[in-house]
Amino acid sequence: MEAPLKEGWRKLPHALLIFEPATSLYYYTGDWRTFKPVRDRSKCIACLLCWVYCPEGCIYIASDGGIDVDLNYCKGCGICAKECPLGAITMVEEEK
Amino acid sequence: MGKRIAVEDSHAAALAAKMANVDVIAAYPITPQTHIVEELSRMVSDGEFDAEYINVESEHSAISACIGASAVGARCFTATAGQGLALMHEILFIAAGNRFPIVMAVANRCLSPNINIWGDQSDVMSSRDCGWIQIFAENAQEIFDLLLSAFKISEDDRVLLPVAVNFDGFYATHVVERMDLPEEEEVRRFLPPHRTAKYKLDPDRPLTFGAIGFPTIQFELRRQWEEALCNSKQVIKEVWQEFGRVFGRHYDVLEPYRMEDAEIAFILMGGSCGTCRVAVDRLRERGFKAGMIKLRLFRPFPKEEILEATSKLKTLITVDKHICLGGLGGPLFNDLRALFYGFQRQINVAGFIAGVGGRDVRVKDFEQMFEKVVKGEVSPEKHIFIVRGES
Repeated sequence: MEAPLKEGWRKLPHALLIFEPATSLYYYTGDWRTFKPVRDRSKCIACLLCWVYCPEGCIYIASDGGIDVDLNYCKGCGICAKECPLGAITMVEEEK
Repeated sequence: MGKRIAVEDSHAAALAAKMANVDVIAAYPITPQTHIVEELSRMVSDGEFDAEYINVESEHSAISACIGASAVGARCFTATAGQGLALMHEILFIAAGNRFPIVMAVANRCLSPNINIWGDQSDVMSSRDCGWIQIFAENAQEIFDLLLSAFKISEDDRVLLPVAVNFDGFYATHVVERMDLPEEEEVRRFLPPHRTAKYKLDPDRPLTFGAIGFPTIQFELRRQWEEALCNSKQVIKEVWQEFGRVFGRHYDVLEPYRMEDAEIAFILMGGSCGTCRVAVDRLRERGFKAGMIKLRLFRPFPKEEILEATSKLKTLITVDKHICLGGLGGPLFNDLRALFYGFQRQINVAGFIAGVGGRDVRVKDFEQMFEKVVKGEVSPEKHIFIVRGES
């Protein structure tokens, strides 16, 4: 889907300066994803190596002490699946 | 009143930065700009004024350091030439597109190959589309005055764009000329001692410069930048008018010479204008209706003023010190033909290329260009006529 065009240049803030901090949170990089990481809870020992390697910082510790993924920001790069020493993470193709 | 001094043109540039009371100088020495930064380095280390002089490892770093300094609200200055300007290339866009006030002196030098340190305009013309304000100075006085006014232009809230003041390497760097140096208090009446930055990096008021620009917004950003650059012309004129009121020296975007009844006139920029004036005088003595337009402001291109200045001309001779390789001759020639075509103006534009790689452009060379035009030897189909060489 093509993103909607913003208002014309006359209403653009000066040089597109951003006056609010942490606005990258509004941009969901999860849109880029084709494969999502799925954890096999029976294999995961919560070693948190995936947490260490995730370049987007979107792996967090879940309520059961294992890991979970913030799919709003996960780009589906697969590094967590590659690095998991127990093969507890599988990349599964998504249908959108 | 100030005092009249004899000054090397490079030192006139250094004096302008000093009298502007710049906070940060970041520069890398390169011929023929070296004396400018050498002198500034000496002034700072001798405590003649208080500035941070950053010895960077390249021009790419010099302009990057200026951007950083400008982003926190500092008044900053750099200078370069030739390959140095080319090495700055990608950062030149960032400086202008993110709207950082920076003033840069460019001692125009031929770009390699072959290794050539002499003056032509291939460096500045290769950075033509970087979105900077481009000004050309002819001599020591203009270098000083235009650099000083460049700070005021660049820092104006209606502009907020970097300004490059260009002058011919060697011809206007390594010569000693007469110059009126104003008093400190006169300068302060014109330019405040420090910059007031409307937008700057401040931990208490977070601000992001140069975030990602997606295709949905980048086009608008570029369009806004173009508008700001074009609109800066009005501010440039205002600042130069104020300069005239304070210092008594008057500048405008272009300077006509003997244009009242001229039929054929030259248009050019930089140090060769002085030589051209002598040629125009000689041609007048020989009975020709010759004139000259010195273009002081190149970007934004002062199209209305050029149209007005050329309204009675039959032929305009453009004298470029650069070839737009593989294109249609020199940059001034391209701009002017396009301008006149758009306004349905019936005027011949004869495109001469002179002084490439520092070859002298002499009085008789201007006369010969003129004679070629008069004899009808300049056909409109051809876009390159080489001066002092084979066309």
